[in-house]
Amino acid sequence: MTEPLKSSLRLQIASTPVHLPIVRAAVDRFAGMLGFDEATCGKITLAVDEALTNIIKHAYHGRDDKPIEITLGTVPAPAGKQALRIELRDWGTPAGREEIKSRDLEDIRPGGLGVHIMNSIMDEVQYAPADGGGTRLVMTKRM
Amino acid sequence: MAVGSEPIRNVQWIGPGASTALVEAVGDIDMQRSADFQRGLMEVLDRRPRQIVVDLSGVAYMDSSGVASLVKLLARVRREKIGLRLAGLTSRVRSVFEITRLDSVFDIFGSAQEALQP
Repeated sequence: MTEPLKSSLRLQIASTPVHLPIVRAAVDRFAGMLGFDEATCGKITLAVDEALTNIIKHAYHGRDDKPIEITLGTVPAPAGKQALRIELRDWGTPAGREEIKSRDLEDIRPGGLGVHIMNSIMDEVQYAPADGGGTRLVMTKRM
Repeated sequence: MAVGSEPIRNVQWIGPGASTALVEAVGDIDMQRSADFQRGLMEVLDRRPRQIVVDLSGVAYMDSSGVASLVKLLARVRREKIGLRLAGLTSRVRSVFEITRLDSVFDIFGSAQEALQP
């Protein structure tokens, strides 16, 4: 039996796609240890992966040597429950309105699906300018 | 799956006149590998099959860039009147198609064997 998680986990990666499988493995495992079922762990992992892809593409314009900080933890949620809180911090170009807008799925075309995926999976997705430049993206998922 | 390995492991040409391409995809199809995945799919398309079956049973994970590669393929096969079937989606890969509502746009089969039936 795995002990319940009591502390947060912080990962610092470079903005390279090579690191994405490592982050996915960590997020999947962290969500699982909090008690999310296998399918939900997969969806949370996908949401984080899409957010990181957007940071690499849009905030850092494909540069592979910029810092990204990922913090996983829990916060209190309504009705005495807990929520998984995931914070992604970058120091790149702030996300523009078009980059964080969900698009119409009736329009069947490649691209622009990542934001829709994040909004569909997570209970809250909030972007805010970070002190010192860049963006702080906070996503939560209630247990 | 080793970093940098090809996302399309094998393409078999089967059926009458070897007109069906069975494409075996493997590993995670994410930002790192989706460009190679798309390039491989387009190379198959350029050989003018009558039908393409993409076997995804060896794909444990796919993000929106992998899905986008398949949407691009779909746009071209529709234009060129070529059949396209997806097969063997793992539960996590199927979930991406459901979230993006593309599960109703593609012809999806449980296995490559089923997808190869007329």
